Amino acid sequence: MTHHDKRFVQRDRDWHPPAYAPGYKTTVARSPNQALVSLMKPSASELTGPDFRTLRMGPHDNDLLLNFREGKGQDGLPIGERIIMFGRVIDQFGKPVPHTLVEMWQANAGGRYRHKKDAYLAPLDPNFGGVGRTLTDEQGWYRFRTIKPGPYPWPNDVNSWRPAHIHVSVMGPAISTRLITQMYFEGDPLIPICPIVNTLKDRDAVETMIGRLDIARSNSMDCLAYRFDLVVRGELQTYFENQ
Amino acid sequence: MKQPNSVPASELVLRETASQTAGPYVHIGLALAAAGNPVRDEEIWNEMARPEAEGEHIEVVGTVIDGNGDLVRDAFIEAWQADSRGDYQPEYDLKKPFNSFGRTATTFDRGSEFILKTVKPGSVKTADGQTMAPHINVTLFARGVNIHLHTRLYFEDEAEANAHCPVLNRVESPVRRQTLIAKREEEGGRVRYRLDIKLQGEGETVFFDF
Repeated sequence: MTHHDKRFVQRDRDWHPPAYAPGYKTTVARSPNQALVSLMKPSASELTGPDFRTLRMGPHDNDLLLNFREGKGQDGLPIGERIIMFGRVIDQFGKPVPHTLVEMWQANAGGRYRHKKDAYLAPLDPNFGGVGRTLTDEQGWYRFRTIKPGPYPWPNDVNSWRPAHIHVSVMGPAISTRLITQMYFEGDPLIPICPIVNTLKDRDAVETMIGRLDIARSNSMDCLAYRFDLVVRGELQTYFENQ
Repeated sequence: MKQPNSVPASELVLRETASQTAGPYVHIGLALAAAGNPVRDEEIWNEMARPEAEGEHIEVVGTVIDGNGDLVRDAFIEAWQADSRGDYQPEYDLKKPFNSFGRTATTFDRGSEFILKTVKPGSVKTADGQTMAPHINVTLFARGVNIHLHTRLYFEDEAEANAHCPVLNRVESPVRRQTLIAKREEEGGRVRYRLDIKLQGEGETVFFDF
């Protein structure tokens, strides 16, 4: 019988950071010792995933300049460099991934997260929450408006600092394509000395996480634009007889 | 434009964007209430089944434990499961009685348990027609986890189906298979399945690549 055989390009685990990367100290006790068990013939459990087109979003869910003040009677704007963060979600074959959920979260301009466990001395911004979500359009494009987050210190080495970054979560078409990453900002001198960035062995892999200044798409007298494309695993279909 | 056949085929395939840890503040982005922040009208969270959903209503609970035996209090978890008839329902719609997708997190409270409110899934077939035992696909993210971990949760009271599940049987060590089997508890008419996820060391949970 002709068999609809869908699969995804194998994830290259030498490209991604390894589970155990002692320069990032928290990985030491949180990395499995045993080998992953490979499923050579993935099933619907791995090859399908949620479709969020019917999730009802708020009008400013992708606009972090406005979405924290909503419903609070506030009219202030967050402090910081106003930026547009935008890009495309495509797969490894360059095919756009439409209608997929892209979520992001970040610190404020001072490097402080609005999170009950963040006690960094930089102040909270009363006009900034730091969370956004959107769906890609038909061509895979997404867009957020926000402020550029600040770098911040964290307990790893005696004096470790995170480069400015925005956490980005993308669903893609299936559980197999799920990915969480971080966008860094082109030219940030903290990138090459960050223990989390340096969990990656391959410098080319680091390049996939750099948001690039796009002056052409910046808005005059308003905000700079940073482009950040996301590549998720490529989907393959074969229609040969399976014997 | 590149001349066809002039470069190795592998160079025509893009590399995936590299993974980074979800970090300690994942909650502000993906689990707003757990960060102590206001929630939006519709959030993707842990109530996968509403009371009218078909099937046996269950709670799935557990902890996440690191290589030192300590609780991982900042783990973020995603669940993907079939409905009680064994069908995945991809369309995520909070108005529907059941959604195949859910999210939960361990907590900063003393017990640090994650919880999902769902129905027991039916069994799903593999592409070549073998029956897998009922299971929930679990994806785990956390600070110190550089790339998310995939595991599965199976049910203790499905011993017969578990014994024949092709995926469980991919795990060579029968002892390790047990790390995927949730224990059934009943309390005041509520059915709860418990599975602790051990990231490292003795009793380390089986994690999958696919």
